[in-house]
Amino acid sequence: MARSHVTTTLNGVETEYLCEPRQSLLEVLRDELGLTGTKEGCSNGNCGACAVLLDGRVVNSCCVLGVEAEGAEVTTIEGIGNADKLHPLQRAFLEEAALQCGVCTPGFIVSAKALLDAEPDADEHRVRWWLAGNLCRCTGYDKIVRAVLKASAQMQEA
Amino acid sequence: MTTIDRPTYRIVGTRPIRPDGVEKVTGKAQYGADVRLPNLIQGRILRSPHAHARILSIDTSEAEKTPGVFAVLTHKDFPVAEDKIEELGESAVNLKELSDNILASDKVLYKGHAVAAVAAINGHVAEEALKKIRVEYEVLPPVLDVRDAMREDAPLLSETRFTKSMSGQASDKPSNIAAITRFQGGNVEEAFAAADHIVEREFTTKMVHQGYIEPQNSTASWNSDGTLTIWTSTQGAFVVRAQVAEVLRLPVSKIRVIPMEIGGGFGGKIPIYLDPVATLLSKKAGRPVKLVMNRTEVFMATGPTSGSSIKLKMAEKDGIITAVQAEMAYEAGAYPGSPVGAGAMTMLSPYNIENFVIDAYDVVVNKPKVSAYRAPGAPVSAFATETAIDELAKAAGMDPLEFRLKNSAHEGTRMVTGVPFPRIGHEECVRAALESPHYQSPIEGPNRGRGVASGFWFNAGLQSSVSVAVNVDGTVNLIEGSTDIGGTRASLAMQLAETLGIPYDDVKPIVADTDSVGHNDVTGGSRTTFASGLAVVEAAKDIQAQMISRASKLLNAPEGELRYEDGAVVSSDGSKRIPFAEIAAAQGRTGGPIYGNASLMARGVGGAYATHIVDVEVDPDTGKVTVLRYTAVQDVGTAIHPSYVEGQIQGGVAQGIGWALNEEYYYNEDGTLANASFLDYRMPTTLDVPAIDTVLVEVPNPGHPYGVRGVGEVPIVPPLAAVANAVAEATGHRFTDLPISPRRVVEELHGLA
Repeated sequence: MARSHVTTTLNGVETEYLCEPRQSLLEVLRDELGLTGTKEGCSNGNCGACAVLLDGRVVNSCCVLGVEAEGAEVTTIEGIGNADKLHPLQRAFLEEAALQCGVCTPGFIVSAKALLDAEPDADEHRVRWWLAGNLCRCTGYDKIVRAVLKASAQMQEA
Repeated sequence: MTTIDRPTYRIVGTRPIRPDGVEKVTGKAQYGADVRLPNLIQGRILRSPHAHARILSIDTSEAEKTPGVFAVLTHKDFPVAEDKIEELGESAVNLKELSDNILASDKVLYKGHAVAAVAAINGHVAEEALKKIRVEYEVLPPVLDVRDAMREDAPLLSETRFTKSMSGQASDKPSNIAAITRFQGGNVEEAFAAADHIVEREFTTKMVHQGYIEPQNSTASWNSDGTLTIWTSTQGAFVVRAQVAEVLRLPVSKIRVIPMEIGGGFGGKIPIYLDPVATLLSKKAGRPVKLVMNRTEVFMATGPTSGSSIKLKMAEKDGIITAVQAEMAYEAGAYPGSPVGAGAMTMLSPYNIENFVIDAYDVVVNKPKVSAYRAPGAPVSAFATETAIDELAKAAGMDPLEFRLKNSAHEGTRMVTGVPFPRIGHEECVRAALESPHYQSPIEGPNRGRGVASGFWFNAGLQSSVSVAVNVDGTVNLIEGSTDIGGTRASLAMQLAETLGIPYDDVKPIVADTDSVGHNDVTGGSRTTFASGLAVVEAAKDIQAQMISRASKLLNAPEGELRYEDGAVVSSDGSKRIPFAEIAAAQGRTGGPIYGNASLMARGVGGAYATHIVDVEVDPDTGKVTVLRYTAVQDVGTAIHPSYVEGQIQGGVAQGIGWALNEEYYYNEDGTLANASFLDYRMPTTLDVPAIDTVLVEVPNPGHPYGVRGVGEVPIVPPLAAVANAVAEATGHRFTDLPISPRRVVEELHGLA
């Protein structure tokens, strides 16, 4: 199948790739670009494990085509923080034990970042509302919600 | 937290950051689907469109000719499998049935049963090739419900299966009832005749899925030297190795299983589905092959847990539960092996009941073969027991928790198997529940109700091996082989640091592959922090002994006058002391590397109890049940890392709430699973559960040096009954069929069923 040329800004770096029109952005990120931090849980937009930011909006990358990223800014979990400079959300997830198996964690952190960018002072209900598109089967969500509220408080103090 | 008679520790009971945490919050951690290898190709599986059919022929010729296709596989490529049972830790499997479940041979037994596989340059090409495989079927009528399958005139899944009982073969005709087990004690007839009150109910539950977010995956490389490497997400790399060796008739030593990070399991990632297929595709293709299931395949073709039908009769006299009679039938799916025995063995465990008869039926149906799911078998049997207990408490005019306390099991009470309990903590749990702020507070408002329930689950022992390498700078490497699903690197490293008296951060744990550490059974049965923890403590003692020997040379003192204490070797009079790091630094000139080992079959298991309290509100118009407040009390022995213990409890509660209110396998008459997606199989989201409060009761397990009990599974046992009891309080109507979905609530409350 003929491949299309795409130019995008990926985690702040201008990136070019070739992809088939039928390939999802998730497939491109994982299989073509080696960014496996974005996870595949269902491939039909119901679990949020593949959440990325597309021009600042949180999207399920399994439901976006690779070619749709042309000219866009894409942020994945790899672009949110690293070991030397963790994002407050990442630190809070560690401190609050907000992950068990960890496979949903990248999606939760990406979605929570979008929330705190939009609503820095979100309360528990808003956090639960915003994260309802991300499934976690290990934690019962309690510690995830606490971690997001803690990061929110810390980011507002800073 | 209620702590009963336990010492305080330096590290045990604290909440350090888990060693694998940073990798997991930054997206660096490598899960099974993240494996990337040179020349890697992708596999896909063709699945049966029928719930029950004989395979007449399979023609793969057109698929093989497709450009980009490297290999096509059917069951003919498998060696003939033996009809024998293999123990997997939390469950056992018949090898022929395991092999037939991986790729069907003569019959397909559920819609989604794997029939053939293709490996191709990419997944899209493989999917196109699957469409070119021609399979001719003789379609047979399916049987989907456990009670239907037990009828004499039911369609048979196998013409050669006879019912087994403890005394041998129990049927003279082929049957879908694979096994009948009876547990009995005392005299139920007399007790029922003398009862003050009797409750008699029938309960049904549907198949539900573990719902781990990461689908099953396997990447296999058949190497040029005849060895095999498998990368996979599994609860037990050694158990994958054993099953692959048996199914493919390969020497165990030639198979290396590399455990990748695992995205949830809950029992569902103990059996193998993909590994032999990836292996043989790789052998044929001459390239490594990756197989990853999609979500529909996970729902249709991996092991959920049983749907069930339970008839229960229970009697009470003077506030005492005097008799229980139960007939319970669990769906095993396509092949025998439901957890009905465990359901029977646990259902009365919180209580001291003299007279009982429990008959347990293991029944095959045309649905996927079940696998373990968190406390397998116990949640649905507890749903029946704890509902009946609630009704009897009411009939006796007693508070439901006081009633449970009065009837509670304790040390010395016999299980239904006749085995007496060691020190257990059910009474402590009920007392803590009675005293909790939640239970002490009133519940007010229309359509609201509060429910309680208790539950029990075992703690598996099984086999664990660990090695500990002491480095010259005083740090240590902990080499273990237990899958870390939710924080066991931390809980094991903490026990090592505690026992050696060194900082937690000086311990670097690794989950090694099957070539690099001794045998470890699965992470299952709530065993890892307990059993691999025992191995860690034993290995640490091995290190202590070696440290004393080395210190003897360094201090010029006889070993008999030295002891290991707080991260140092000290003389018995206290005059000489040499710290861990100094002995470590000197190891090269005092006798060579200091390296500790422990391999053991863990004894001294500590079963666990939980008592839960839940408040709900029921909307009588829409049928929606809202969980307002939840408190889970649990005897956790000693919480090594309390945050991860709380996390286990909260996760189990959320799964239990889903099971109670929404989750079910919904089948059409032809055996099609109609809700095989996360959209239609409604697992709880952030908005479906409240904050989940936990009360950790610590009744240390005398069988473990730090008092560890299994904590991971029991939290899913009480929620089904607790929620149902709360709904009964809120509505005045007793729901005995799960899930208590909006549709069911409306139908039953308005008499529309």
